[in-house]
Parts: sequence; structure tokens; C-alpha cells
Amino acid sequence: MTSPAPIAEPRETPRPDPAAAPALSIDGVSHAYGPRRALIDVSFNVQPASFTALLGLNGAGKSTLFSLITRLFGIQSGRVGIFGHDISKNPGEALRLLGVVFQPRTLDLDLSLTQNLLYHAALHGISRREAAARSAELLGRIGLSERAGSKVRDLSGGQMRRLEIARALLHRPRLLLLDEPTVGLDVKARADIISHVRQLVTEQGIGVLWATHLFDEIMAGDDLVVLHQGKVLAQGPMSRVISEAGALDVNTAFMRLTGAQVMPGGGA
Amino acid sequence: MSSITARDAPRGFSAGEYMTCLSGIVWREGLRFLHQRERFVSALVRPLVWLFIFAAGFRQVLGISIIPPYETYILYEVFIAPGLMAMIQLFNGMQSSLSMVYDREMGNMRTLLVSPLPRGFLLFCKLLAGTAVSLLQVYAFLLIAWFWDITPPPIGYLTVLPALILSGLMLGSLGMLISSGIKQLESFAGVMNFVIFPMFFASSALYPLWRVQEGSPYLYYVCEANPFTHAVELIRFALYGQINWVSLAVVTGCTIVFMIGAILAYDPSRGLARRGPAGGE
Repeated sequence: MTSPAPIAEPRETPRPDPAAAPALSIDGVSHAYGPRRALIDVSFNVQPASFTALLGLNGAGKSTLFSLITRLFGIQSGRVGIFGHDISKNPGEALRLLGVVFQPRTLDLDLSLTQNLLYHAALHGISRREAAARSAELLGRIGLSERAGSKVRDLSGGQMRRLEIARALLHRPRLLLLDEPTVGLDVKARADIISHVRQLVTEQGIGVLWATHLFDEIMAGDDLVVLHQGKVLAQGPMSRVISEAGALDVNTAFMRLTGAQVMPGGGA
Repeated sequence: MSSITARDAPRGFSAGEYMTCLSGIVWREGLRFLHQRERFVSALVRPLVWLFIFAAGFRQVLGISIIPPYETYILYEVFIAPGLMAMIQLFNGMQSSLSMVYDREMGNMRTLLVSPLPRGFLLFCKLLAGTAVSLLQVYAFLLIAWFWDITPPPIGYLTVLPALILSGLMLGSLGMLISSGIKQLESFAGVMNFVIFPMFFASSALYPLWRVQEGSPYLYYVCEANPFTHAVELIRFALYGQINWVSLAVVTGCTIVFMIGAILAYDPSRGLARRGPAGGE
């Protein structure tokens, strides 16, 4: 949507330069579908080279948030920044740094693996020759080189997900969003994908926002954002979120946080 | 891409990047089309039924006098061929635009719209790609029609190309504008009844307008105001190496207006919000 850029907030406030800016900053974002409020004043950051888990049940607002970050929906209120680039004011530069894996599969099933990758590269303006080289390299990394020419339809669910992640990395983004990427996969495929993404964080310094409702996908060093009914109930390093909730593990912490919200008068 | 602050120092996009993106989108649309044989066949069967059956039956009923661009008496089949070419584009434009707005192709639209290039440009590329597919259908139709004695001058096959591109873009962006702007028209059946049929029948596709005028002057004005009439006439003249300037002006103007309207009205949240409770969050 073409949102006429209003006079921006005062520029005097010193802002960190893009290099030091958070990979993703969500700042007071609210979103409503008619009368139904899907997100209410959501704020959190994802740092470069960090793994941030966005924890929430179905309907918590995760998909809405992803649609806002990827500019699919116009921002109604608040601000979304990717390495300091405002997604509404400067979407081109923001999206250039962003890779995304949506929850529903978005591959062309009748096209080959390579064709899917080349199409994505073209959307980012990457020349054909460069795109072919990068595709071959990424297919090698996800162990699907020998399948390069076969149709995506013939892949398993886990292989499709790996291909989608490879596709999201094709334009070398510095922030990667994944919306429940392991849903419907078997144990082995899940583990493969999780370890692959964690490798990207440690080896390439990519900031990752991983939306999930599966607690066992979160590890001790992760950052956590708990989203429930459109509100952020807790955020911070996993250990802190757990201890502040007076719990011993993520599961209990999550139940306490969200349960407290449901009880009348239980919240603030 | 306009508001640039010193802090951001964005590098923008080069013409080469725009071209890569455009050709990539058209290339993918072509590949997908080649994989969908049934879509191709049904796109061809429809006009051929009109040509082989309807036109054969009506040949005796409707006499066509000599009107430009024709220089001799012509068979009814020859007269309706340009109308059927435009019909192919009408169906194709409505079909592909509807799938862009509603959920059927939503996954692909998501992939498309996370491209960093300006959204208006991406939608334009998508419309152009849809037009390219309609060109394949139209030329396949012309090939079969040639064996049915519809033989425009050889140069006509070339001169009709720009006319087809323009009319394809007009019908595609009209389809997108309609599906974005009118909530009730979310199914193809609705579009058929309320858009495709009225546009097709109230036009010069099946009968010359002077005939219509004899029957009903009001309908004549409706036909004259129908952009589809001008798409048909533009194609008809171009197929015989001529330019119908009025139609060219109308089709160009409508293309610009519809496309700007369609890009402004496009709202991906509509297609997503409709997917029911599971995906509607």
C-alpha cells in the first residue's frame, strides 16, 4: 500500500547507525481486522547473530506480525525497522536484508528446484549467471544437488522446507524470519532444519526470528518473546523469562504467563 | 523509494535489476503455463466452439456488409475471429487477476511481494506476464483458425502483436481492479455473469455495431462505451495492418486508468483474511 510518508518523527534523537541497529525492531505495533484487534502495542527487537523464538499459540498474532514485517499488510500504527530501515518508508532497502519462510508452502510444485531458486533470484534483481551459481551452491549445502532438475512436487516435506530456507538465503539477507517452519515434519526433518538455522546464526551472524508453538525447539541461549492474544506478555533471554515467571522450564512459564492473562483481574 | 535519509543511504535499484525481475516473472508464468495443459486446452476450446459451431450456424442469419478494415465480403467466421481473440484475453485476464487477489495464488503472491522492488512495478510485471500467456493462447487460436480459412495478410500476424499486448494489459488490470474493488465478485462464476458476459455480448465481437444500432440505439451507445468493443476493434484493424485511432486512444487510456486503479486498490490482506479461522489470524 502506498502510505504517504507523513512528517517523520523528530530526527534530533540520535539513532544508532544501521550497522549497529537491531536486525529487527518492532516498536509499538498494533493491527486490527475491522473491530478485531490482532496485535496490541507489540514491541521487541531481534539482534544480529541471535536466535529469537516468538512463542505463541495459534491465533496469537504471529502470522499477522509476519505479514506486517514483510510489507504484505500496511502498518496501521507503530513502526517496523529492519537494520534501521523503516518498512513503510523505505521498503526496498528493508526487504533486501530480509529472508522469509512462510508457514504455508510457497514453492511452485511443477517447477524444478533450480527454477524455483532462479525465479526468486530474479525477484531480487540478481542476474541469471550469479543466480545459477548461488543456487548450485545452496542446493549443495542442503544436500539436494542431485535433485536440482527434478520437480519440487517429488520432494518430501522436510526437503521442501530446506529448499524454502535455501531460497530465503539466496539474496544473502541478514535477517531471517521463519513462521512455524517445522509444522508437519517428522522428528528427523525437524532436527535437521533447526540445526541448519542455528548454524546460520553462529556461522553467518544472521539474526533469526523463529515463530513456533513447540517449546522443545527453544534452547537455553535463545531470546524469547511470548505473544498471547496479540500482546507481548514477556520477552528477554530465555532464562530470565522463565525465572521471572517463577517457573523451572519454558512450558510452565508459558502456561503461567498465558494462564494469568486469562484469569479475570489476573493481569496488570 | 523516494524518502531517503542520509542515515539510510540506500542504493536503490538499477535498470538491470528491474529488467531481471520483469523477465524472471514472465519466464516463470510461461513455465507454469506450459505445465498446465488443461488450462491451455480449455482456453482454446472455448473460442473454437464459438468459431466452429456458433459461427457456422449464424453464417446464414447474419449478413456482413463491407465495412473497414475488410475490403471484400467476408464470411461470418472471419468477422468474429478478432472478437474471439479478445475473448481469450478477457477470460485469461479475469482468471489470472482473480487468482492474484484471492487466495488461490496467495502463496505465490507472498513470494512475489517480498521482493524489494516497488510493489506497483511487481504488479505491473505480473499483469504483463499474464498478457504474455494470453498471447500464446491467441496465436495458437490463430494457427487453428488459419486452417478454417481465416487468413489475414501475413503481416497482420505481426501488426496485431502490439494491439494484443495493449488489450491484454487493459483486460488484466480491469480484472484486478474489479476483484480488488468489488467484494461480491470473488468467485469466477460471479465475474462470468456480471463482467465477462455483459462485456462480451455488448460489444462488436459478435456483430457489427451498425447492426446493433438498427436494433436498439441505446444498446449501441452501451457498446460504444464498452472498452471491450475498442479492444476488439483495435485487434480487428491491427490484424489487417491498420490502426483504428479511436480504439487505440480508448484502449490506451483505459489501460492507464485501470492499471493505476488496480495497483492502488490492491490489498493482499483481503485474500488472506478470507481464508477462514485457521489462517485468518
